[in-house]
Amino acid sequence: MPERIRRLLPNLKSILNLRRLATGAILLPFASTALAGWDTLNMPVGVTEVSRIVYDLHMLIFWICVAIGIVVFGAMFYSILMHRKSRGVTAATFHESTTVEVIWTVIPFIILVAMAVPATATLIKMEDSGQSEMTIKITGYQWLWRYDYLDQDFGFYSFLSTSRDAIRDRAEKGEHYLLEVDRPLVVPTQTKIRMLITANDVLHAWWVPDLALKRDAIPGFINELWTQIDDPGVYRGQCAELCGRDHGFMPIEVHAVPPDEYRAWVEKQTVGAAE
Amino acid sequence: MSEIAAAHDDHHDHHPSGLWRWVTTTNHKDIGTLYLWLAMIMFFIGGAMALVIRTELFSPGLQFVDPQFFNSMTTLHALVMIFGVVMPAFTGLANWQIPLMVGATDMALPRLNNWSFWILPFAFAMLLSTMFMEGGGPAGGWTLYPPLTLQTGNALPFVIFSIHFMGMSSIMGAINVIATIINMRAPGMHMMKMPLFVWTWLITAFLLIAVMPVLAGGVTMLLTDKFFGTSFFNAAGGGDPVMFQHIFWFFGHPEVYILILPSFGVVSSILPTFSRKPLFGYSSMVYATASIAFLSFVVWAHHMFTVGMPLAGELFFMFATMLIAVPTGVKVFNWVATMWRGSMTFETPMLFAIGFIIMFTIGGFSGLMLAIVPADFQYHDSYFVVAHFHYVLVPGSIFAIMAAVYYWLPKWTGNHYPERLGKWHFWLSTIFVNLTFFPMHFVGLAGMPRRIPDYALQFADYNMLASVGAFGFGFAQLLFLYIVVVTIRGGEKATDQVWEGAEGLEWTLPSPPPYHSFTTPPVVR
Repeated sequence: MPERIRRLLPNLKSILNLRRLATGAILLPFASTALAGWDTLNMPVGVTEVSRIVYDLHMLIFWICVAIGIVVFGAMFYSILMHRKSRGVTAATFHESTTVEVIWTVIPFIILVAMAVPATATLIKMEDSGQSEMTIKITGYQWLWRYDYLDQDFGFYSFLSTSRDAIRDRAEKGEHYLLEVDRPLVVPTQTKIRMLITANDVLHAWWVPDLALKRDAIPGFINELWTQIDDPGVYRGQCAELCGRDHGFMPIEVHAVPPDEYRAWVEKQTVGAAE
Repeated sequence: MSEIAAAHDDHHDHHPSGLWRWVTTTNHKDIGTLYLWLAMIMFFIGGAMALVIRTELFSPGLQFVDPQFFNSMTTLHALVMIFGVVMPAFTGLANWQIPLMVGATDMALPRLNNWSFWILPFAFAMLLSTMFMEGGGPAGGWTLYPPLTLQTGNALPFVIFSIHFMGMSSIMGAINVIATIINMRAPGMHMMKMPLFVWTWLITAFLLIAVMPVLAGGVTMLLTDKFFGTSFFNAAGGGDPVMFQHIFWFFGHPEVYILILPSFGVVSSILPTFSRKPLFGYSSMVYATASIAFLSFVVWAHHMFTVGMPLAGELFFMFATMLIAVPTGVKVFNWVATMWRGSMTFETPMLFAIGFIIMFTIGGFSGLMLAIVPADFQYHDSYFVVAHFHYVLVPGSIFAIMAAVYYWLPKWTGNHYPERLGKWHFWLSTIFVNLTFFPMHFVGLAGMPRRIPDYALQFADYNMLASVGAFGFGFAQLLFLYIVVVTIRGGEKATDQVWEGAEGLEWTLPSPPPYHSFTTPPVVR
């Protein structure tokens, strides 16, 4: 899909022709759906137990909403089609029914309780950061992140690595345009990691959709989060709280590696720091 | 009765003409008209800002504006649309309609009415002038969160002062609405006989009086933090930046109901007319409105689930927020039941009202999803939220305002608007509004944060679609302006009743109604 988009981009800019624009507007969403699948339409399932539960919860609520929508809009469209003056119908005169009112107060209430139960259980699980095996401190700055490995006493800054030329359309935009950094956060898989989040200047928010993690970084306060990543891989995210001019240009890149590889990486970092 | 009113009118009809008429007017119709024109002008200004945003977001990369200017566009777009369009438009509708609907001569406090309007043009002139100041306009978001907002340049005190102005205007408008409804009802117009538009406005007015001072207090604390050395929101001085968010959203959540409750009243007036059938469940509609207003005070922290609240706090605000779905659901069900087995016709006001119900409900569904805290950690501050609140505000509040204008314009002007053009306006608006905002759900779920001037490549297609939709929607509104202007200038004459199925006091007066609406109180049985 990125290939495809890169090919499309120069076209987009040269489009002044309305007809081509209209065709593009109609065809593009289908093109991208076909190319990238459900992923660009929906929340990522993610790579942690929590992210999968969150995804399931999201889909559960979504389908409940769809079902309610079908019933309500169905009744409405039936009425719009059948009960129109042009069909010669005369209006009924009913305008009250306590029974009906009670029914459509109680049924939604029961549905809400049914939604609240799994939501509460998930939330309790998400907020339990006990028994974590390591701690990383994340600090937001205008406009970069700093990661401190508190157990090993080292840390580094993480900047956007997309070139200004790419942003200004003077160079080709790469596959991970705006979602790439010079030094990614490296974490081990299969490990419960506690994260302490704060900021140095204004509010920021650390968000990686694949981990279903988002928490505000607040100057003077420390927030807590945890994650346990199942699969090795590169997971990308962005600052999610408006933090000024370059809010859109402080991405997050997490490299999850197997524990062995992680230990080797840590060793290299601490040796480097000692020198 | 209407002849009597018209005869009396001649004696009272001394008022200056030309510009001075509008400056000195204390007449509820004149002031209503001023409010509505202000809203119309601001709608195009705020809309132009939206188009700047959508132009920059048309494709990845920075092409047109600086990110700082982009941020001030999102900030001002929101402030203008909320305080300059939706609120004045509803106050304009209240001015025009409440005296007509309760059988009064005018609003209870006409001079206050003049003042509450004339503050606004100055407030907005000041707000918009900040764009040209050293350091640019406000760019910290309309929510004005510190510490970022405290980085604003010279604009900050002007923005805060203009917000104080808008707040004063709203409070005075609200006092007037309450005084009119409580004191000026015609004989026999008991509270539980009032049209729902009057009820929803009464409740809205109480919300305004309750929360506008809270906003004023919050922004004043920002002012003293910036200029007088206080540390309300500065952790280094013992303050707390999150406290501002609590204060802001204690105002902000009732505020969103201030922006939607009068719409409920409008739709509840229009549906029975074009269904030729009384509103279903009148009293449950009143109670549902009151419940929504009450609940709006205890859900504010759902705007800030990611700030790191204690678990108990998150659970409380989740449950309270979900509870709002119950009275809101009752309203939607009652509307559908009103249409059920009616004898419907689909003139423009009805189309906008039906469009409102469907698209507001879609916004309600996404609102319910946002209430679920674990999932909200994903949705929060993403484009999913942008999609959600635009669905409840654009095809929600704005559509309701347009429905109201089409519905009552023949009464106000005495002329029918061109029906064909009205329908064109509805369909163009509906198609483009969905083209603009529906794709935002997708990019938000896929991980696009809000308030960014540039984005990763996987979001490109839907953003382009949204930009095309936004331009379509924007230009479709020129048609609305055209329709309003030609209707004021002339057109097919409207009868007193205007619509076949219309019921209520306003339809007993001539179209247009006399200058001092009901000089002899009508008797309501």
